[in-house]
Amino acid sequence: MEIKQGLLYTKSHEWVEFLDDTTALVGLSDYAQHELGDLVFANLPEVGDEITAGKMFADVESVKAVSDVYAPVTGTVAAVNKVLLDEPEKINESAYGAWFAKVENISGRAELMDADAYQKYCGTL
Amino acid sequence: MHLALARKLAASPRCKEPLPSQSSETTAHVAGFGLKVEGSQPFEHPRLVILGEILMLWISKQRSVFITEELQKTPLYQRHVENGGKMVPFAGYELPVQYEVGVIAEHRAVREGVGLFDVSHMGEVTFKGPDALNNIQRLLCNNYATLADGRVRYSPMLNENGGVIDDVLVYRKAQDDYMMVVNACNRHKDVAHIFINRFGAADIADISDGVCQLALQGPKAERMMRTITNQLPQKYYSFLDHVALDGIDCLISRTGYTGEDGFELYVKSEDGEKLFDLLYRHGKNFNLQLCGLGCRDTLRLEAAMPLYGHEMDDTVTPFETGLERFVKMDKDDFIGRRALLEAGKPKRARIGLKITGRGIAREHCPVIAGGREIGITTSGTHCPTVGAVAMALADVACQELGKPVQVIIRDKPVDAKIVPLPFYQKK
Repeated sequence: MEIKQGLLYTKSHEWVEFLDDTTALVGLSDYAQHELGDLVFANLPEVGDEITAGKMFADVESVKAVSDVYAPVTGTVAAVNKVLLDEPEKINESAYGAWFAKVENISGRAELMDADAYQKYCGTL
Repeated sequence: MHLALARKLAASPRCKEPLPSQSSETTAHVAGFGLKVEGSQPFEHPRLVILGEILMLWISKQRSVFITEELQKTPLYQRHVENGGKMVPFAGYELPVQYEVGVIAEHRAVREGVGLFDVSHMGEVTFKGPDALNNIQRLLCNNYATLADGRVRYSPMLNENGGVIDDVLVYRKAQDDYMMVVNACNRHKDVAHIFINRFGAADIADISDGVCQLALQGPKAERMMRTITNQLPQKYYSFLDHVALDGIDCLISRTGYTGEDGFELYVKSEDGEKLFDLLYRHGKNFNLQLCGLGCRDTLRLEAAMPLYGHEMDDTVTPFETGLERFVKMDKDDFIGRRALLEAGKPKRARIGLKITGRGIAREHCPVIAGGREIGITTSGTHCPTVGAVAMALADVACQELGKPVQVIIRDKPVDAKIVPLPFYQKK
C-alpha cells in the first residue's frame, strides 16, 4: 500500500493535494481502492457544484458495493477528471494520479492528517 | 468513504436468509446430532420425529438469541488465508470473497481458462433405502423416477404454498441411494422440512459437516483434470463416484454454477487440503486461478442462474421465476403441487435488464415502465463480460424484449432495456 508524501488525508480515506492556499485536487487513497477492490463505476460532481467538507460529493462502485466519497474540503468544483467516468479502473491502477475533482475557493477543511499520521492511522485499522 | 459499509455489503450478498449468517459450530452440532437418523432406530415414533424436528427448527430460529455467533471454517480455511483470500462471513462460514488479483481477473480466468472455488459450505443430505426415491419425489417438483444411475438433476423444493424453500441438486448413485446438495443458507431449514415430511423406509442423514466440495470451472477444466485422471464424467449433469485421485476417494460431477464447463468434486473433509494441493499443483501449467464468492456471483448472474434469496424465496413460485421446466405437474403428487394448480397463470416472471444509462442496479431497485412500477430487481451488478445488468421479477404483461424501462437506483431513474436471458452463453 502506498501513502504518498506531501498529500493530506482524511479518516475516511480521501486525499487532498493543495496546489495553493485555496485550490486543491482531491481523490481516494491507495488504501481505500485496495479495500474496495476492482472499481467499475465512478459518479463525480459537476463543475460549479459547491462541496462541503465531511459531506458526500462522489461515489464509487465495485462489483460488490457502493461507497460514498466525502469531500475533504469546502469549496467549488472547478474541474472533474472525466477519464474516471469511462475508466474507473484508473483509481485502482494509480490512486494518487486518479484525482476526482479540482476544488477552488476553498474556505474550510475536514480533519486532515499528513502522510505519517495517516500511515499510523491505517495501521490501527 | 465507508469501508465498514463496503465490507458489510461485500459480505452480505448471496444468501439473505437470516438464519444462515448466524450459523455456528455449536448449533451445527446440535442440529447435526438431532437430525442424523441412520437406520430407523433413533426416532422410531413418527410423532416424536415431528416434535423433534419442530424443536430443531425452533432452535435454529432462536439460536442467535441464546447461542453466540461463531463462524464456521471450511476444511480449506488455512489454504485461503495462505493464498491471500479476503475472508468474509457468508452463510455462517468464513469464505474468501476474492483473492489479491481481484474479482474481474478471477471472473475472466473462469471464462477463458480455469478457476478453483471452495464450495464446502454447501450442504449434503443423503437418502437411502427402499423409500428414498419416494421421499425425493414427494419433496421435489422435478421428476426423479426417470433419473438414471450416475446422473444429476436440478429441482426447486417447494412449501405447501408453492413457494421455493430451496433449489437443490440430486445425485442418483443407485435406485435406493441418493445425495441431495442444498444451499448453505437453507441447510437447517431444508433438513427440518425433509424430516418433517419423511415417510416409509428411508434413512436420511445430513452429512454436510463431513464433506468438502471444490468446484473447478472453466474451458480448461477438463484438460487440467486429464493430467490427474482419465476417469471423468463425460455428459453435463453426470457424475462418477469413488474415483481415486492420487489415492483420495472422490465423487466427480460435471456440474457448476458459472455458465462454463467444469467439475464439482466431493471428498471427505479430512481429504480437503490434500485434494486442494493436488489440484493446485496440476493447475500450475494451466494458470489455475483461485476464485472467491465475488466472481461466483458475477459468473452466475451472467449465466442467469437464479440464486436463492434473490430470484426466489418462500414467497415466489417456480413459475414466477423462470423455473417452470423443472416442475413436472403430471408426475405423482408433490408438496406444493396443489397450490400451483390453484394459483393458475403466474402474474410475474423473471426478466433480464441491460442498464443503458449511467449506473449499476443492485437488488431491490424498482423497475418502471410507462410511469408505473412493473417490478423489482432481484440481483444486479457490473459483470466483467456483459457490463451492468440485472435480473428482476416483473409483471408478465410488460415484458416485451427491447422494451425501454427505467430502474430507480438510489432514488434516481436510470435507463435500461429488457433483454433475453441468459446474458452470457458459452461458445
